[in-house]
Amino acid sequence: MSLERGLSYAAAFASALLDPARLAPQIVTGPNGKAAGKRYDVYRNNVTVSLIEALAAIYPAVQRLTGPDFFRAMARFHVRSTPPTTPLLFDYGHDFPAFIAQYEHARSMPWLADVARIERAWLDAYHAADAAPLRPEQLAAVAPERLGDLVFTPHPAARVVRSPFSAVTIFAANRDTSPVGRIDAGRPEDALVTRMEFDVVVRHLPPGGAVFATSLMSGVPLGEAAALALAAAADFDIASNIAGLIEAGAFTSISSGDA
Amino acid sequence: MSAKIAVTTLVLAGAMSTALATLAAAGPLTKAEAEAAMAAKKEKCFGVALKGQNDCAAGPGTTCQGTSTVDFQGNAWKFVQGGTCTSIELPGGKKGSLKPV
Amino acid sequence: MTAATGPFGSTTAPLRFPPSLGGVAGTSFKHEHLAAILASGPRRGFFEVHAENYMGAGGPPHRALEAIRRDHPLSLHGVCMSIGGPQPLDKTHLSRFRDLVARYQPALVSEHLAWSTHDNGFFNDLLPLPYTEATLRLVCDHIDQMQEAIRQPILLENPSTYLAFVESTIGESDFIRSVAERTGCGLLLDINNVFVSATNHGFSALDYLNDFPLSRVGEIHLAGHAEQTDYEGDLLLIDSHDGPVADAVWKLYDIVVQRRGAVPTLIEWDSKIPDWPVLQAEAAAAQTILDRYHPSARTGDRHVA
Repeated sequence: MSLERGLSYAAAFASALLDPARLAPQIVTGPNGKAAGKRYDVYRNNVTVSLIEALAAIYPAVQRLTGPDFFRAMARFHVRSTPPTTPLLFDYGHDFPAFIAQYEHARSMPWLADVARIERAWLDAYHAADAAPLRPEQLAAVAPERLGDLVFTPHPAARVVRSPFSAVTIFAANRDTSPVGRIDAGRPEDALVTRMEFDVVVRHLPPGGAVFATSLMSGVPLGEAAALALAAAADFDIASNIAGLIEAGAFTSISSGDA
Repeated sequence: MSAKIAVTTLVLAGAMSTALATLAAAGPLTKAEAEAAMAAKKEKCFGVALKGQNDCAAGPGTTCQGTSTVDFQGNAWKFVQGGTCTSIELPGGKKGSLKPV
Repeated sequence: MTAATGPFGSTTAPLRFPPSLGGVAGTSFKHEHLAAILASGPRRGFFEVHAENYMGAGGPPHRALEAIRRDHPLSLHGVCMSIGGPQPLDKTHLSRFRDLVARYQPALVSEHLAWSTHDNGFFNDLLPLPYTEATLRLVCDHIDQMQEAIRQPILLENPSTYLAFVESTIGESDFIRSVAERTGCGLLLDINNVFVSATNHGFSALDYLNDFPLSRVGEIHLAGHAEQTDYEGDLLLIDSHDGPVADAVWKLYDIVVQRRGAVPTLIEWDSKIPDWPVLQAEAAAAQTILDRYHPSARTGDRHVA
């Protein structure tokens, strides 16, 4: 971008904001000609602390799991390497779960990134567009021979997060301040995140449920989605999964595949 | 790996009528019912993990203020134990730990 | 781009400020206070929110803001437009802002003399700019653009700053006066910011206020600050909004209201947020000062159309 003369200040000022090793830019000064010193560091501090606190507000369970000091150190790395690219802060931190997954000091907590994914999905659902969920009567009106081709429109808030660990149990136990008992991290768990009216709800999906839900949410017709779920889990229960997804408000409407 | 299992119209129609009957009969589970269901490890159920936490987990807002919290730290790793991760066990009996590996 | 067709008419009509709120005190709106606010019913005053926090598609934030807006005037305070930055304003952000103004019909709309975005990075802080002829043109262009987008004038807020730019050639209050004259915007006078900057730069807050174009002030901000020291041991105030308004700032406020007359006054409290009655009490203290100089404001605030 070519700028009018005298407008290079932002580039110079921003250059050291996220890098504590760099000196304050030469273009700024304290009063009476003294060095900017701490005064520039105040801006550096505001940026770093406010963004760390933004991540802490998005990922409270992750912070509780690691403790605040570990969390802040981890978040500080992420904030400095990946600052927000949007002024809408509730949309920040989508890259944080992937960062956690490769963060060397978190290797002993392999379930941590999946807990973070559930928390990010939670906030997505919280801010998602309002939409009336699909009503059971709409399904009751479908002729049996059309059921196999039925296509579902996902609710804007609906998300599925899959984990090879007990991420849903760990998330639920750490999202508030009640005591955390012993948790076996080794059971694979999948989460369905939805928002009915104004309450975000996280559900633990039964076997095959995640394949079924993600298939339907991506536009796979009902018959094929059920077959995929059965292939993934032999004890997949079609009826309870349909009922569960409808009750959770995962969809807004249905259409025949050929429509 | 693609699905070879055909789900017949008959199976789907039966499942749908069961699902609709379930929805008609039962309102949403209460928290106690959901917890009881999860405790009983009814694996085929949709377990409600958490609801109603909107007020205390509303996510971040923008700031127009400076912070009085001082954090001038470089990218130094500081090891401080303090989280709940130690109560989480991995298969093979290995617990979560904050120690760098 | 479709032409803006809002309550303020076609794009060629002159920009009009919405009817004045008069001399009322308001507070930041924080969701943790929603239940207490609704329980106590409609009250005199107004609420201010950061516009960006309501730019999500739906969900609880909008429900809360609708509930507040139903019974109270609203002030929409933009934090992230980056008016003071050299790069063009974000068109997407401008249209989001326009939609929010159309949806909630705020009594006041304000933004900062600061920047927060450079290249693709958003820094979530109000960063300072040098005051020069070049930045004056830049800021005026950006305010023209924003006022055009939302179809009403904005109030521009004076910043709190911790350092100065070597290249600055214009004093801050002169700079702000020129912006207001050229763009027709109003001003949001943050008296805590004046006090913080005066302390940090070693100038007199009263001198600054003497130079400030008070007649253009459409809103006043009051907030708490924190005391630190710089590396040389000199006092350095942080505009932290995390406590009660300082006595010295109350004194300056008293002087400004006496000179300027009653204008809507906001208590900003954004960190370490207290219970609702504490925040309410700060607003009541501001209201007492407003009413002292303008007792008629008690009943005659609202204009009859």
